[in-house]
Amino acid sequence: MQLSVWTYEGPPHVGAMRVATAMEGVHYLLHAPQGDTYADLLFTMIERRDKRPPVTYTTFQARDLGKDTSQLFQTAAQDIIERFKPDAMIVGASCTAELIQDDPAGLIEKMGLPIPVIPLELPSYQRKEHWGAAETFYQIVRHLVDKERRPSDRANRRPLVNLLGPTALGFRHRDDIIEITSLLNKLGIDINVVAPLGANVADIAKLGEADFNIVLYPETGDLAADYLAREFRQPTVRTVPIGVGATQDFIREVANLAKVDPEPMLREGLSRLSWWSRSIDSNYLTGKRVFIFGDGTHAVAAARIASEELGFKVVGLGCYNREYAREVRAAAKMHGLEALITDDHLAVEQAIQDAQPELVLGTQMERHIAKRFSIPCTVISSPVHVQDFPARFSPQMGFEGANVIFDSWVHPLVMGLEEHLLTMFRDDFEFHDGAGASHLGPGHSAPQDQAAQPEAANDAEAVWSDEASRELRKIPFFVRGKARRNTELFAAENGVSMIELATLYEAKAHYAR
Amino acid sequence: MNAIAPLEATASAAFAPVLKERGQREVFCGLTGIIWLHRKMQDAFFLVVGSRTCAHLLQSAAGVMIFAEPRFATAIMEERDLAGLADANVELDRIVDQLLARRPEIKSLFLVGSCPSEVIKLDLSKAAQRLGAKHAPHVRILNYSGSGIETTFTEGEDACLASLVPIMPEQPEGAEANLIIVGSLPDIVEDQFRRLFAELGIFNVASLPERAVADLPGIGPNTYFLLAQPFLGDTGRALEGRGATRLDALFPFGVEGTTNWLHAAATAFGVEDTHFDTVLHPYQDRATTALAHHRERLAGRSIFFMPDSQLEVPLARFLANELGMRLIEVGTPYLHRQHLAQELAALPAGVMLSEGQDVDRQLDRVRAARPDLTVCGLGLANPLEAEGLSTKWAIELVFSPIHGFDQAGDLAELFARPLRRRDVLRV
Repeated sequence: MQLSVWTYEGPPHVGAMRVATAMEGVHYLLHAPQGDTYADLLFTMIERRDKRPPVTYTTFQARDLGKDTSQLFQTAAQDIIERFKPDAMIVGASCTAELIQDDPAGLIEKMGLPIPVIPLELPSYQRKEHWGAAETFYQIVRHLVDKERRPSDRANRRPLVNLLGPTALGFRHRDDIIEITSLLNKLGIDINVVAPLGANVADIAKLGEADFNIVLYPETGDLAADYLAREFRQPTVRTVPIGVGATQDFIREVANLAKVDPEPMLREGLSRLSWWSRSIDSNYLTGKRVFIFGDGTHAVAAARIASEELGFKVVGLGCYNREYAREVRAAAKMHGLEALITDDHLAVEQAIQDAQPELVLGTQMERHIAKRFSIPCTVISSPVHVQDFPARFSPQMGFEGANVIFDSWVHPLVMGLEEHLLTMFRDDFEFHDGAGASHLGPGHSAPQDQAAQPEAANDAEAVWSDEASRELRKIPFFVRGKARRNTELFAAENGVSMIELATLYEAKAHYAR
Repeated sequence: MNAIAPLEATASAAFAPVLKERGQREVFCGLTGIIWLHRKMQDAFFLVVGSRTCAHLLQSAAGVMIFAEPRFATAIMEERDLAGLADANVELDRIVDQLLARRPEIKSLFLVGSCPSEVIKLDLSKAAQRLGAKHAPHVRILNYSGSGIETTFTEGEDACLASLVPIMPEQPEGAEANLIIVGSLPDIVEDQFRRLFAELGIFNVASLPERAVADLPGIGPNTYFLLAQPFLGDTGRALEGRGATRLDALFPFGVEGTTNWLHAAATAFGVEDTHFDTVLHPYQDRATTALAHHRERLAGRSIFFMPDSQLEVPLARFLANELGMRLIEVGTPYLHRQHLAQELAALPAGVMLSEGQDVDRQLDRVRAARPDLTVCGLGLANPLEAEGLSTKWAIELVFSPIHGFDQAGDLAELFARPLRRRDVLRV
């Protein structure tokens, strides 16, 4: 058993729902008790979808258990055929149904339904949402792809690719697809199929017609891409185009496979991020301490942008999905960090507290954590909430995605000159750090007393003198935590038991950037 | 799933036959009650023994996450817990130790059963006894089931409160009569009712639950109780089992319901009618004024209740009788005929009632009737709005203060707002 307050990922059948809901004409028959229908609201409320997810829950109850839950299952299957007339059906069990072992696969096979039926084995007590989505998409591809299809003669057409991985409830998937499609079109490349998002059964059948595959979301698209590589010998592009550098790498890799010239686009197509970041106003971003946590793919991409494109210092990096721990560990190593691989949000909270970052990039969990610590935060990865499905076009991928990232990461911070003014005139009754950044309004003020109470320091550590403690409070809130931590660290390393004014400034000199 | 039960004539002729349906249900399970129960009982902690799905439900169901570390959590079962029950019990003990070490301020811990824990027959009452002995006297360990295979949405609160009844202190035979308001109410509403009872001259009033489990009211043969919520069948039975007397009344929604509900207590406690009328008059006037604003907008409009919280019948009665709405169908997950006897009698004649659900068939009826307002769960609201049908989230009716005179206007406003919004928007 695992004690859990909040979870980063739902159970694997929610991953299957994300695939079914993304597609057209695919219905999901889920053997599940009453209550599991809660998952519908993830799509209709959080993502504001205007249709119910194409899922039928068998809704068995305690009184059915001794009797015939399998009958319920078969009746539901028949109802789906009549009412929804889907082109294909996926069938599986939620966590409770897995325990009663009705064998959905066997039951459905016996029925001899007139449409393709794909049984799913999603072990609820071992795996989670992303894996469930990846496995479901893979099974759908394996069952529905037409193995006879191959790319047509290249002489008479532009290169053709598949975009794999986008699902319902994905972080900015809708806009990423628009951005990447237009980027590829500009390169002279056409899209064969985008899947699962927006794909129907006929689209899946023709996946083999593409020259190669592009996996935009490895968490959900990798398994299917591996299969297609085996079955059709289609090459796979795995560079995820989030950030300017990654987008340029992506363009080169894609152009190489498609045999088109990337140079015109690379020369012309820089994101505004590049100039915005080089412009003098952005000087103050240099060395800002940033803590990054999310799914593996988005976390790794964010770390590269943070360090190479915005000049931040990455002070924490991790992911909640162990399947991508290897990539995150490798990235963390480049930043001289130990990767944080955990799905326990309390461990993440502790790590954020320890790292004293000036900006947190994370999921909705980290947004809540950062809010409690009054640290600026931007969401970069699922799980996300309703406000992370914006009405406006706001991709993360491609050059426009980089523009969006610049704006959304920099906006929560205190602006450059304002930062200096806060330091210079500390006792202005209106313009003080407790009032927070001027462009953010109330609710973004500095934490009351938090990190400003040196006396709260651990017993084993040095004690702050009154004078040093008063001086610490004069340091603006967005760097105060770091100053305090560095000073205490310095005191501990040098065997200082009482932190005096001088200790504070010695530590400052010691840790000078 | 196609085979629905035939129309069944009920004993009372006052309302049309009840359509009983069986099929896919678009409702929450009983675990959802934890979202408000953990806020109500401030010395209690709720530990769901379940799966990742249970944990995911709890954080999704409230619509938002209440991120101050909540007083609930899930012990997520994993592959090895299913292999042997002995191990599952050892694991549960370890988790409880871990939790109590982290949260030493917890005085009562509810072990809450889920679908998977029920199916593998993990005996949480035995676990509660075992752990209770271990952690006594600091922590009391209780248990109930909020599983979807046994409980629908608000029935989780029923199961929780029923689990408290056996530990209510015994009140001796000769003790002064007391009144218990049963059902968790927002603090502001609870305080209003206490003040009203005091004005009426009924002073010995308690609540189940109180704001702390430690303050459970006494119970004995001189105990009367008023159900504040219509979904407390098991709790009512348990209280009666301990000798208390249920005061039959309408539920306290709107002027009619609140008056009738208070009157039941007034009668039992020998309050004279003239005094009763004098005390209530200003409250009734105030509520009537507040309702008048909304009556204009709501009168004649049609409404369809999808089954959700069991509040449907009393709310339908309020909307029909006090605001003039037309009831197309009143669906409820479970119809407690005894506790709702007066409510059913107060409904307009010929109202279509349905019990249980086959969501697709019910949606067919919604689309055919095109009601002005459909009360439904969060999974259905946006899809219906997209079809041009106005909806009211049912869960808001459980989360908002809606009982009593001073909330009657707010309650009407919850139904009027979606219609007003539709009238205002030009996009």
